[in-house]
Amino acid sequence: MAPLVNIAGLSVAFSGVPVLRGVDLTLHKGEALGLVGESGSGKSVTWLAALGLLPRHAQVSGKVTLEGREILGAPATELDRVRGGRIAMIFQDPASSLNPVLTIRRQLCEALALHRNLQGIALKAEARRLLDLVGIPDAGRRLDAYPHEFSGGQVQRIMIAMALAGNPDLLIADEPTTALDATIQAQILELLSTVRRELGMALVLISHDLGVVAENCDRVAVMYAGRIVEEAPSNQLFADPAHPYAQGLIGALPPLDGPRRRLTAIPGTVPDPAKMPGGCAFAPRCALASESCGLAAPSLAPIADDRRVACIRAEASRRALLGIAAE
Amino acid sequence: MSPPLVEVSAISRSYAMRSGMFGRATAVHAVDGVSLAIAKGQTLGLVGESGSGKSTTGRIVLGLEPPDRGEVRFDGKPMAMPATAAWRAQRARMQMIFQDPLGALDRRLPVATQIREPLDIHGIGTPADREERVRELLRAVELTPAHGARYPGALSGGQRQRIVLARALATKPDFLVCDEPVSALDVSIQSQVVNLLCDLQAELSLTLLFISHDLRVVRQISNVVAVMYLGRIVEIGSADDLFARPEHPYTQALVSASPAPGRRSAGRIVLAGDPPNPAARPQGCAFHPRCPRAIARCASEVPALSVVGGDRQVACHLVTGAQTRDAA
Repeated sequence: MAPLVNIAGLSVAFSGVPVLRGVDLTLHKGEALGLVGESGSGKSVTWLAALGLLPRHAQVSGKVTLEGREILGAPATELDRVRGGRIAMIFQDPASSLNPVLTIRRQLCEALALHRNLQGIALKAEARRLLDLVGIPDAGRRLDAYPHEFSGGQVQRIMIAMALAGNPDLLIADEPTTALDATIQAQILELLSTVRRELGMALVLISHDLGVVAENCDRVAVMYAGRIVEEAPSNQLFADPAHPYAQGLIGALPPLDGPRRRLTAIPGTVPDPAKMPGGCAFAPRCALASESCGLAAPSLAPIADDRRVACIRAEASRRALLGIAAE
Repeated sequence: MSPPLVEVSAISRSYAMRSGMFGRATAVHAVDGVSLAIAKGQTLGLVGESGSGKSTTGRIVLGLEPPDRGEVRFDGKPMAMPATAAWRAQRARMQMIFQDPLGALDRRLPVATQIREPLDIHGIGTPADREERVRELLRAVELTPAHGARYPGALSGGQRQRIVLARALATKPDFLVCDEPVSALDVSIQSQVVNLLCDLQAELSLTLLFISHDLRVVRQISNVVAVMYLGRIVEIGSADDLFARPEHPYTQALVSASPAPGRRSAGRIVLAGDPPNPAARPQGCAFHPRCPRAIARCASEVPALSVVGGDRQVACHLVTGAQTRDAA
């Protein structure tokens, strides 16, 4: 099956400082992919760059194709059809994504008119259907309300409705529940997986919360300092993480049941993009680092059919395994 | 068990809120009849969603705000009147850590100066002693004197929270209120600060009130956990037992909503409705409009917090000691 989106060697630099350093990622139709990492790891920048949403001074290079067509640096008229129409995006702070002085109807209808060429009664009916779909009670009447009349969870539902207005093939949700309370987070995540199932849409869920990503995605990519360091099916990643950073992240998560244990803290902090260490960016914080880690940045190499890891130790152990298998 | 260091009995606090410019003022009950006791050297975790009154409870316990009703006793004595010498002496023994370390620090002062400030204010030690104490505190939070010379802007989020912690520990307090101390930090940094807090608590035999919306972090650090909903405690019990066997329907939903790696969302309790509005508190049990198990009685009668077995207390008409324990 041809991938829906293919990202190859995507790099981004802001005034000469690299923040994204060669990201390769493939997304298939209808797939749910999780992107985890700490702040500054490049999870949001990857998609902002892919969709041409970064400010002009950002230097972007690499390839991003949507069903085989290059969209990186594509002309504005083509990007306008992609953004909102093929690929939609929702953000962490839904309240600031809506215009506070326009009714929900105006904002939803704007998106519908733009992407679906709907008019008159059909337009209104579709706006109402979308609000119904995302679970806003009394949708017909609530269309005339302003954003401040809704709660935080409801505003995020409205953002999802607007994102669905163009019937996208891919929805990118950038920390969609980070600003919401736990019980509301559960509602929004359930809504996202329901609409994804019903509409056969692909989903990229960007989050710093490993639990959120693990539960809602088929496949997870872990990012560190502008690179993907591990990519695996979510159950495998959490059962058996291969990259020391992924291991550290999972060990840093306090358990909710069973015996309490001391958290395995990753020492130090994320490196400053302007002073990136040579070789593996994680080596200065890695308990398993050896001298060779500082020489060259390891490439993201397959260790199994659907798993890729960027760590020289993983590569060495794979060679050892293969060596044993060959004998 | 040792006598409680902090004893909170039936505190309430309400604020007047106007709806619109000419609207009538209505009372918002932020905290409504909360009672807690924290034993020396123990940690009480306070969880709940925004607007549940957990931060207001923390501020009242610390004496930053007076309760409308009820009383807070610290080390057996009632809180002293604000701005008296007795109050100041008491306040030196209790400190607070906030969520946003950058907001809690002065951006224009080197951090070492800020760590020393409580010592200057309370007149503790000679200037040379204070310098030595600052170095000691920096070491305690795993930073170096070189970090002390920097300004908050030149430190990372985790380092800033360490500085706030060092400053809170400067007066050798017995009691620390931590209000969402790690919520703004990245996962790897969060675990560093949680471990540090656990170590320091054991070392200095601190008593903690730990406020957070993050159940995992609360369980990691607490002995006893109280769950708040709309200004009231709905369930309280020992940390491990509470999260393993939540009794109140709200606690059950909270625990179920906490995402866990390796567990798919099958069987998750997803609550209908929005987080409650403290200004429009439902009649009866405040949780009943969202409760999947609510009965008619829940809409009219406020359930009292009562013991259901062991050290567990639950405020729910549907949970009584005998029934649920048998059912489970």
